[in-house]
Amino acid sequence: MLDFIQQLVGGIALGCVYGLIALGFVLIYKATEVVNFAQGDLMMLGGFFAFTFITQLGMNYWVGLPLTVLAMAAFGALVERVVVRPILGYPQFSIVMVTIGLGFLLRSVAGMIWGTDDLQIETPFSGGVARLGALVLGEDKLSVIVATILLCLALWIYFNKTRMGVAMQATSQNMLGAYYMGIPVKRAFSLIWAISAAVAGFAGVLLAPIAFIHTNVGFLGLKAFPAAVLGGFGSIPGALAGGIVIGVVETLSGFYLPEGFKDVAAYILLLVVLMVRPEGLFGLNLHKKV
Amino acid sequence: MRAIFKTDYDQDIRLFKHGGYAWSYGTLLVVVLLAPLLVGAYLQSQLVFVFIYAIVGVGLLILTGFTGQVSLGHAAFLAIGAYTTAYLQRLGVPFLVYLPLSALIAGAVGALVGFPALRLSGIYLVIATIAFGFIVEEIAARWESVTNGNEGMRIKALDLFGFTLGRDGYGFYVVCLALLVAVMLGALNLLRSPTGRAFLAIRDSETAARSMGVNLAVYKVMAFSISAAITGLAGCLYAHKLSFVSPEMFTLLLSLEFIIVIIIGGVGSLHGAVLGSIFVVMVDPFLTLLKDDLPGAIGRLAAGLGASPGGAAGIEDMLSRIGGAPGLKGAIYGIIIIVFILFEPAGLYGRWVKLKLYFQLFPLYKKATFRRQKTYVKSERNR
Repeated sequence: MLDFIQQLVGGIALGCVYGLIALGFVLIYKATEVVNFAQGDLMMLGGFFAFTFITQLGMNYWVGLPLTVLAMAAFGALVERVVVRPILGYPQFSIVMVTIGLGFLLRSVAGMIWGTDDLQIETPFSGGVARLGALVLGEDKLSVIVATILLCLALWIYFNKTRMGVAMQATSQNMLGAYYMGIPVKRAFSLIWAISAAVAGFAGVLLAPIAFIHTNVGFLGLKAFPAAVLGGFGSIPGALAGGIVIGVVETLSGFYLPEGFKDVAAYILLLVVLMVRPEGLFGLNLHKKV
Repeated sequence: MRAIFKTDYDQDIRLFKHGGYAWSYGTLLVVVLLAPLLVGAYLQSQLVFVFIYAIVGVGLLILTGFTGQVSLGHAAFLAIGAYTTAYLQRLGVPFLVYLPLSALIAGAVGALVGFPALRLSGIYLVIATIAFGFIVEEIAARWESVTNGNEGMRIKALDLFGFTLGRDGYGFYVVCLALLVAVMLGALNLLRSPTGRAFLAIRDSETAARSMGVNLAVYKVMAFSISAAITGLAGCLYAHKLSFVSPEMFTLLLSLEFIIVIIIGGVGSLHGAVLGSIFVVMVDPFLTLLKDDLPGAIGRLAAGLGASPGGAAGIEDMLSRIGGAPGLKGAIYGIIIIVFILFEPAGLYGRWVKLKLYFQLFPLYKKATFRRQKTYVKSERNR
């Protein structure tokens, strides 16, 4: 039984990692109806930025972290301006392909700048262990859980309670309609890419003690897709819930099922969910009447 | 510019719009058949890859380009074709039996994937096909009695009517070319039939297609199945060409490469499959050139233009460092995808069409002919 609970807690911690990455997908999708396949690679870039600030330039972790987040926000806005804005309004798949291309480019350029070795940064959470009775949880994982929940809460409030957040939802539903209502659509796009890249950068820093900083860390983003779909792709609490479900399923299937199921459990679950309930757990079920 | 005088509706669906096309494609075929005489063994081998990628490209175009269903899991269908080939060849089944069987089994799996895909559209379909790709990759690694797991399987040279066609030989080259031509003609025929028209209608508007009496379920599953079957066919050739299959050959990156083929080639026309695969396959020799020859050449040029010997060596060194960077292929892919989608969404074939029209209309060509209409995003969630 203790084994089971320990696995469960480990799964939740892993799930929060997925949830954190999925959050980035969900933000951009919620505000602009675009799926950013480069989200994982933005996270990788965040990790490398943090490596530069903290290890190479010797900054304090608490200075390097906000600096990384800010740098990533600026980078996100730049990406939006240069590659996303010119093709706004073209078929969704064009934008998906552009973000895939961007992912290739980021991975490759990061490899040229920082090399392809595993890098690590020293964080206040590295190595520490939190104990709760007989349960053991690394502090690095605890920090991810806490940060993910706080971020979800903050972003949920932003989207549902602030003027700009609601305006962004309108933008995603009908861009032209939003223009007519006086919503600064272009600024909304830049802003959401900046926020999403900042979240990715934050995730990259938090993940640094758990997974190494490496050019291929972005492939973790592929595991975050099932999380986002499970949660309904447009829902912020859904991203967290979906992430946790995926994380728990993956950990438990690694523990109880034969070898091999661990890697595909998330995808099998994804296919089942898509077949049974394509709108996800928290998705809105809207159908256009013809 | 040739004006075609149309006297018959059948003229609209002829394979060749006029005699000139038949001549030029015939000449092209002869040139490609004779090409191995002119190019070296390495380029001949790359050409075989071009044929194989082009077959996959045609398959993917039928699904993505003409039916509008995006798939990022086509490496899985290729894997199914390749593994069918490997397994049946081990059992001693002849080529003429396992080639169609590779296509049939891949097509059957494609139909199976097509059914759940009916409920999905847009981004959900993309993600579902990615998931499918991962699952097939994992099955290939774990189903050891059939696939031999991660150790992979060797494949013997192709044996046709008692002749052994080695993977680098001219015979294999001709077999691949013949299959490409057959697949192309088959696809052209399909696209001018009522089925093909139904595919196009689904791509352009599902609602409109449905109200014209197109059964969405039947045609979408059919598109998936045909596309998968063609890819399975390519998988058979791919396995022979590499003479080895193992699960890590069929990753998401390969699926992405196939999508890149049709994006760069042009999604609107079958020409795109060929042009795109030429591009994607030739990136490798181009990179080698960039790495080995170009830095020296530019260094010599710089020295010739009067740069100091140290400066010329510096330029040479810098260029060879850029050319030798490990991830350069990824960077080139990334830049190419972005540039094509931003500036030439119709791909290489679109560029060719524009160029042709420019010369046909010579002083009268207007850029506005091909200007894209400005559109605005509307939610796809509410449908």
